[in-house]
Amino acid sequence: MRWFWIDRFTEFTSGQRATAVKTVSLSEEHVHDHLCGTSTMPNSLIIEGMAQTAGLLAGEHYGFQESVILAKVAKVRFHERATPGETLTYRAVLTTIDESGARAEVTSHLGERLQAEMEVLFAHADIDGEGAGGGLFDERDFATTLRALRMYEVGQTPEGEPIKMPRHLAVAEGSAVA
Amino acid sequence: MATREEIFEKVQAALVDALAVDDDEVTPEATLVGDLGAESIDFLDIVFRLEKGFDISIPRGELFPEDILTSADYVVDGKINEAGLALLKERMPFADLSTFEKNPEVQEFATQLTVQDMCNFVESKLSDAA
Repeated sequence: MRWFWIDRFTEFTSGQRATAVKTVSLSEEHVHDHLCGTSTMPNSLIIEGMAQTAGLLAGEHYGFQESVILAKVAKVRFHERATPGETLTYRAVLTTIDESGARAEVTSHLGERLQAEMEVLFAHADIDGEGAGGGLFDERDFATTLRALRMYEVGQTPEGEPIKMPRHLAVAEGSAVA
Repeated sequence: MATREEIFEKVQAALVDALAVDDDEVTPEATLVGDLGAESIDFLDIVFRLEKGFDISIPRGELFPEDILTSADYVVDGKINEAGLALLKERMPFADLSTFEKNPEVQEFATQLTVQDMCNFVESKLSDAA
């Protein structure tokens, strides 16, 4: 099992904002018995999905050269439950990013309804200079994950140009052009 | 430039949000770690909030000089040596280090930084920018 809590990006502007969706399904085991048989997407996993949306946005800004560590959920508030068949839309806005870390404001919507809102803080760490995950992640796997999430299909620079996968990941993936 | 009262109110708001404490707990004398429960990652949060709240830039290490506190040149047997203390005073003119000087153990450093020190820091940054 992989720790994916978003299904795909639908909008991604490098260094600024990203939107990702997560469809809740009754086939997901964690939904079966959560909240005494009422089949609810656990709020903790919604936090994780919102954090993944913002964390990948922060990581992309520095070409996934640094580890982006979820350091603190400064504030979170839930307004309603998310149940099977519904699609959560996570919208992350980076309010600050520099070499030491990043701060983001993230919302979760069910259609037009605000489902949750969160402020999250990430710390940047270049663990042994080994880039994203400090060697904890296989770069080829990581590149495949980014493709699956459609980051490079929808991603663009603030000027509207398409973003590209960083060379170290493209090499690992085998797509780099010499 | 903002008055001291305005600076305190904004610093207080930043600390209330960052540390999930009540307004009345954030007094000038309150220590960030000892009284308000700040942990190391909270300092990054506080720096981001102060930068946004006051529209200032705070180079990392300026508010909390980790480089000095972890340097073998300045830390001997868990205590800051004289050269380290001199450097801390130079880098942190906003902080009252008189209590810390009496027993300069590294682990005591963070526990003594007060809300007033934070206000003095912001005031010096605003003054530099003016």
